[in-house]
Amino acid sequence: MKYLDRIVEKTGWPRLIIGLFLFSLFIAAPFAQVKIGTSLSDTLIRFGMNGIMVLALVPMIHSGCGLNFGLPLGIIAGLLGATITIELGATGAASLFIAILAATPFALVFGWGYGNLLNRVKGNEMMIATYVGFSSVAFMCMMWLLLPYSSPTMVWGYEGVGLRTTISVEGFYLHALSNFLAVRIGTFFLPTGMLLFMGFVCFLVWAFLHTKTGTAMTAVGSNPVFARASGVNIDRMRTISVILSTWLGAVGIIVYQQSFGFIQLYMGPFYMAFPAVAAILIGGASVNKASIMNVLIGAFLFQGILTMTPSVMNSIIQMDMSEVIRIIVSNGMILYALTRVKKGAH
Amino acid sequence: MKDKSPLLEMRNISKDFFGNSVLKDVSFKLEKGEILGLVGENGAGKTTLMKILFGMTVIRDTGGYSGEIFLEGKPVSYKTPFEALDDGIGMVHQEFSLLPGFTAAENILLNRESTKNNFMTELFGDRMKNLDRKDMRKRALKAIGKVGVQLHEDMLISDMPVGHKQFTEIARELEKDNIKLLVLDEPTAVLAESEAEILLKSMKKLSSEGISIIFISHRLREIINITDKILILRDGRIIQEKPTSSTNISEIAEAMVGRELEVSKREDVRVFDRTFLSVSRLWVNMPGETVRDVSFDVNEGEIFGIGGLAGQGKLGIPNGIMGLFPGGGEIILDGKKIGLNSPRIALDSGMAFVSEDRRDVGLLLDEPLDWNISFTAMQVQNKFLKPIFGNLIKWRDEKAIQNAAKGFIDALEIKCTGYSQKAQELSGGNQQKICLAKAFIVEPRVLFVSEPTRGIDVGAKKIVLDTLIKNNREKGTTIIMISSELEELRSVCDRIAIVDEGKIAGILPATRPAADFGLLMLGTAPVSGGAE
Amino acid sequence: MLKNDKDNVIKFLETNLVPILFVIIIAFALPLSGFSVRYLFNEIIVRLVRNLFLVLALLLPIMAGMGLNFGMVLGAMAGEIGLIFITDWNITGLHGMFLAMILSIPLSILLGWMCGKILNRAKGREMVTSYILGFFMNGVYQLVVLYGMGSVIPIASDSIVLSRGYGIRNAVNLTGIRQSLDKLLPLKIGTTLIPVATFALIAVLCVFIIWFRRTKLGQDMRAIGQDMAVAEASGIDVARTRIISIIISTVLAGFGMVIYLQNIGTMNTYNSHEQVGMFSIAALLVGGASVNRAKIGNAILGVVLFHLMFVISPMAGKNLIGQAQLGEYFRVFVSYGVISISLVLYAIRKQRDKARAGIALADAQEVRD
Repeated sequence: MKYLDRIVEKTGWPRLIIGLFLFSLFIAAPFAQVKIGTSLSDTLIRFGMNGIMVLALVPMIHSGCGLNFGLPLGIIAGLLGATITIELGATGAASLFIAILAATPFALVFGWGYGNLLNRVKGNEMMIATYVGFSSVAFMCMMWLLLPYSSPTMVWGYEGVGLRTTISVEGFYLHALSNFLAVRIGTFFLPTGMLLFMGFVCFLVWAFLHTKTGTAMTAVGSNPVFARASGVNIDRMRTISVILSTWLGAVGIIVYQQSFGFIQLYMGPFYMAFPAVAAILIGGASVNKASIMNVLIGAFLFQGILTMTPSVMNSIIQMDMSEVIRIIVSNGMILYALTRVKKGAH
Repeated sequence: MKDKSPLLEMRNISKDFFGNSVLKDVSFKLEKGEILGLVGENGAGKTTLMKILFGMTVIRDTGGYSGEIFLEGKPVSYKTPFEALDDGIGMVHQEFSLLPGFTAAENILLNRESTKNNFMTELFGDRMKNLDRKDMRKRALKAIGKVGVQLHEDMLISDMPVGHKQFTEIARELEKDNIKLLVLDEPTAVLAESEAEILLKSMKKLSSEGISIIFISHRLREIINITDKILILRDGRIIQEKPTSSTNISEIAEAMVGRELEVSKREDVRVFDRTFLSVSRLWVNMPGETVRDVSFDVNEGEIFGIGGLAGQGKLGIPNGIMGLFPGGGEIILDGKKIGLNSPRIALDSGMAFVSEDRRDVGLLLDEPLDWNISFTAMQVQNKFLKPIFGNLIKWRDEKAIQNAAKGFIDALEIKCTGYSQKAQELSGGNQQKICLAKAFIVEPRVLFVSEPTRGIDVGAKKIVLDTLIKNNREKGTTIIMISSELEELRSVCDRIAIVDEGKIAGILPATRPAADFGLLMLGTAPVSGGAE
Repeated sequence: MLKNDKDNVIKFLETNLVPILFVIIIAFALPLSGFSVRYLFNEIIVRLVRNLFLVLALLLPIMAGMGLNFGMVLGAMAGEIGLIFITDWNITGLHGMFLAMILSIPLSILLGWMCGKILNRAKGREMVTSYILGFFMNGVYQLVVLYGMGSVIPIASDSIVLSRGYGIRNAVNLTGIRQSLDKLLPLKIGTTLIPVATFALIAVLCVFIIWFRRTKLGQDMRAIGQDMAVAEASGIDVARTRIISIIISTVLAGFGMVIYLQNIGTMNTYNSHEQVGMFSIAALLVGGASVNRAKIGNAILGVVLFHLMFVISPMAGKNLIGQAQLGEYFRVFVSYGVISISLVLYAIRKQRDKARAGIALADAQEVRD
């Protein structure tokens, strides 16, 4: 009994319930005439699509800036990179890397400004991050209308100005990663390239956390006063973490697009931070501690539930409650994390 | 039943925190209208005694106390401070407990406001009563009158000078009409001399009106001037209980600090010939430990002690020099001027600091021991890093970190399960050893050690102090040790500076009798000899 | 003293930065929009009727130091559920409206109590927590309204249930109670209809708030708002008082929602409450309120300025560069931007106040030399 208690204590109730829920969905799937192969590969595809955006939260959690609800800012950098690439007419798989490259300067500048802002509002980061994300999305809504894009694949056909709400990446970098070394067995599809790329980015972040700067960043999040007493410039570390997080957000959305097939502009990025935040928390992270492992587990569990609930629930109770379940699970998880912050633990 | 029982009697009070005895068999009586001066070094047990009287929850949470308390002959044992307040015991704490955006009157009557009924009261209960501002003003003025000061009842606390805040606090206690006993904890510490005069005068007035006062202060002149009786605590015991008229300042000072020397015999006085660190006109804004104007020189290879009572600024000195709190002044190390306000500059110049605040400043509680030990050296001196691609990437060398940690764990006898254990899981003494290891690993030229033995057990204390001496003798590190424990300083240091009210009261060789240091601590002119 | 005057001007600009910014925006956009004064006056009256009650519901938690109550959407949901029931029972007119309010009360109390409990566990991060709580409860609301109503909870009226047999439609027609309060005591000034009864109800709320500030409970909330520790030490039950302030705010938000929807006449079942939360908070901030200080005047000014901007910006955008869409995005941006700026200013101010004591000491030290 004591052993069981310890497991519950260590995993936490919400995570346990979600894990069991997903497990039961997989068990129930065959009875509900849902093909395991399709569900599994859907889960893996969505895992790969969203993984980097979940990973983007890690640096800021490490440096003590909390959950990055301002992720849309990074996503906007990614959108700028993507649209500029198409505007320039780059095509094929290489355009993916051009898009990442083009997004990088924006990510650096946005991240720098955003980081400096967060340094001035220590202790209130999360609320302000949320609204910085929202405001920047709303601001970009205007910009998408006004910026002088001209590529016919992107602008509204009849007016010739303003970008469309969704832009297809077909002919550009559609499935540039997903199809690389992809494995197809019946209905099962494994997007090897995308998973490898995600693994590679995870490795980069992992490696970064093992450098001198990465170590300092972790210490800043663990105990800023200690870090300062050891001669670390706290604000600088925090800014670096925000820049890194913003850049990862940009890369994340581009990888997402190559699998999804479309660039979603305007209000598209608006709520994108919340599923990412929920995923990392489900993976075992807290407001001030997160590891790559939390990212992988969380992204898998969360995306697993999102893929499995509609199909399984639909065929069992003839009600598609997946949207409601998504809202309750993701926000419930964030709520749980927010109310469990220990005082004094920065 | 006795005809005339004292207002307050505490009988055979003992208290220990987890086996660590802080009060032993303390008994005293306080008559109606009497002013009792409570004197003692930090950690002598004054605060704990008051906490017991007030029924602070921390006392019960740590196993309660033994002994009895009588108020006007009736045995009492309060479970919360509110019960004590109901019985007419009031306390004014060192830190202000006032609402800045409320007026004096609103603060004085906080949660005891005058109210009037209205129709909503019937429906929703007493909290829907209207405030009766007129009556509140009247009551506040009456309370202010009791203190005997000029204070505008409509003034916001945020607009008040510090003295007025103190008076507001006292007025708040006096407003309770059943107030019998008032405990004042260092009330004059924040006051200007003229304000302190007023306060002392109003204390006299209160006692003549029959209110008893327990006055905690380290300003002995005030104690002598105002009290009827003085109680001196040392190491949790009553050392002296005398009417004020039959004692004097030097007797009190000696009773306070003079204890039998239980430490090992000191070697002979060492002689040094080279000034290594020179501090002049240092001021530091460290809340609660403000340094106002401090100058001193430390010799190469010396162990220099800094002592003084809590809140006088001794802790501000290392924190300021190491750049952890804003400050100004001039620091010269080995002939070179060192900038202030930057931990990095201080560390780069070869100084290191073991903070008195182990949990917040000293350790990464959530991280393993090897990280704790190596972090500063890695960040400041680029130790434990492996270069990759030239020097493009500085990779953390886990192996080297672990080896270094293992070395210190053995050398300092740190009790732990291994270098990967988290710092928060260690005992206080072992945590302190980690802090020392963290400082030793950077091989500092000057090492500041602040309260190195606070909150650790006797065995660990000895190891910590011995380690410091060993490091000083073998590596020649200049050490500046800041401690509230005078005996500890006297057993380890060559010279000791005493800080009082943010200034150096005097610097004496450690071989001088304890009472001399005691007098310096109490803000009294040093006896014959003075500073060298 | 010249320096003092300058300081005062700076301080005034600083505390009123957001309203000033808004006046400038409106001054620019107003001529561009080409709307007549009469039309705008009419619009302002309508917006005040609709929104002011909701905005006023935010005041108490600010007084109790809990910041902007993003959890007010919980009250809005309670109000909506009340309206669904009276529509189903076909109770019309004023009776229906007041019954909806009454129905919302127990639900608001329950939700407010829960919200207060949760916020007490997240002291210091009340806003972000109440914000997420709003999202979370939105999920629960959908579960109940979209799946529970008509299946578990009996709903008779076909007109509000989805064709599949359970769940409430996206839009519920509130013709039964439409403007029943507004048209109770109409007063015509020129072509503008002034709904006296609604304004009277809002005035009652204002009087209540003013009166409430002067009660013992109000004083306790103000004390808690300044310093929780000091309030606790003086014997005030901080946790309970905070919960009460949230409950009152939630109940008022429920009433406000009913008033808001009776004016509009149709209910957007799954979106209304979310929008109402954001717009109410933005409006209050536009009126010059901050996270820890808000007055009735801020609410009134805020509703006027914010909604004026809301009305004119699509037209102004259209006339300026030929795209009404731009104006619509602009007003969304401004809504979020205003909240961002207010939050940032508040956080910076708080940090500066903390540093101020230190600066004073440093000054005193340097003067010595």
